[in-house]
Amino acid sequence: MPQPRTDSEGGALRIEIAEGQDVVQVRQRAREKAQAAGFTLTEVTKIVTAASELARNTLEHGGGGWAEVGVVATGVRRGVRMVFHDEGPGIADVDQALRDGFTTGGGLGLGLGGSRRLLSELTIDSVPGRGTTIVAVRWK
Amino acid sequence: MERIPILRMGDTLLVTVQVDMHDQLAVRLLDDLTEMITKARARGVLIDISALDMVDSFIGRMIGDVAATSRILDATTVVCGIQPAVAITLVELGMSLAGVRTALDVEKGMELLRAAAQD
Ligand SMILES: Nc1ncnc2c1ncn2[C@@H]1O[C@H](COP(=O)(O)OP(=O)(O)OP(=O)(O)O)[C@@H](O)[C@H]1O
Ligand SMILES: [Mg+2]
Repeated sequence: MPQPRTDSEGGALRIEIAEGQDVVQVRQRAREKAQAAGFTLTEVTKIVTAASELARNTLEHGGGGWAEVGVVATGVRRGVRMVFHDEGPGIADVDQALRDGFTTGGGLGLGLGGSRRLLSELTIDSVPGRGTTIVAVRWK
Repeated sequence: MERIPILRMGDTLLVTVQVDMHDQLAVRLLDDLTEMITKARARGVLIDISALDMVDSFIGRMIGDVAATSRILDATTVVCGIQPAVAITLVELGMSLAGVRTALDVEKGMELLRAAAQD
């Protein structure tokens, strides 16, 4: 059983990503948290869309893993923080992967670059052969 | 098996997407639509996504594929009801849905399909 984790506001439960339906669950969690953080409808939509892209990458390219979505608050700033983790093949060239149109699958190559545009911060920590961890934040 | 229903109205196929589709469901819809266009000799496909509160690159690509496939099969696809927040997000994501005809609502979508059938 995955251990539940809490953040500053509580409730950043881990969601296992092993099949397509889990990506839907990550989207729903992202929506809940973004709404709880007080984002506007357009901002919520952007956060949910980025969550979907990153969760799908965890599943399709990372061979599955987990996601955590929570509300974060530092001083006056509030936001939504999402972590995606897998122990798949990793990303050999992160800059290349972020470029629009770059794909090693049959996709459009928009997921990573698009997510970076839709969010405030996107940190990619990847070791070839070991896996990938992405920390993504959207601040209000 | 879970499926999005496709309604047939004369030579038009109508799809109302009401659930948050997982990827396999979206792929199945594309397959079902392609098969139905041929079987029903449809000239138009109307996809109402007004209930969708998110369209990501996968669903966007599926919509583009339906439009492209239907064109080859001599049918027109119109997507209607895209929420403003979804449209803004799609553009920022980098998906312009170029080559996909859109309409504000089902009524306008039907008009567009009727007009397309005239030429
Ligand atoms: N978690 C991951 N593990 C390994 N490789 C990854 C991971 N996430 C992304 N990548 C690599 O980065 C590339 C670009 O990802 P991106 O999401 O932008 O495009 P895509 O998934 O190929 O297509 P799209 O998201 O548009 O359907 C992928 O093709 C893959 O090679
Ligand atoms: Mg992707």
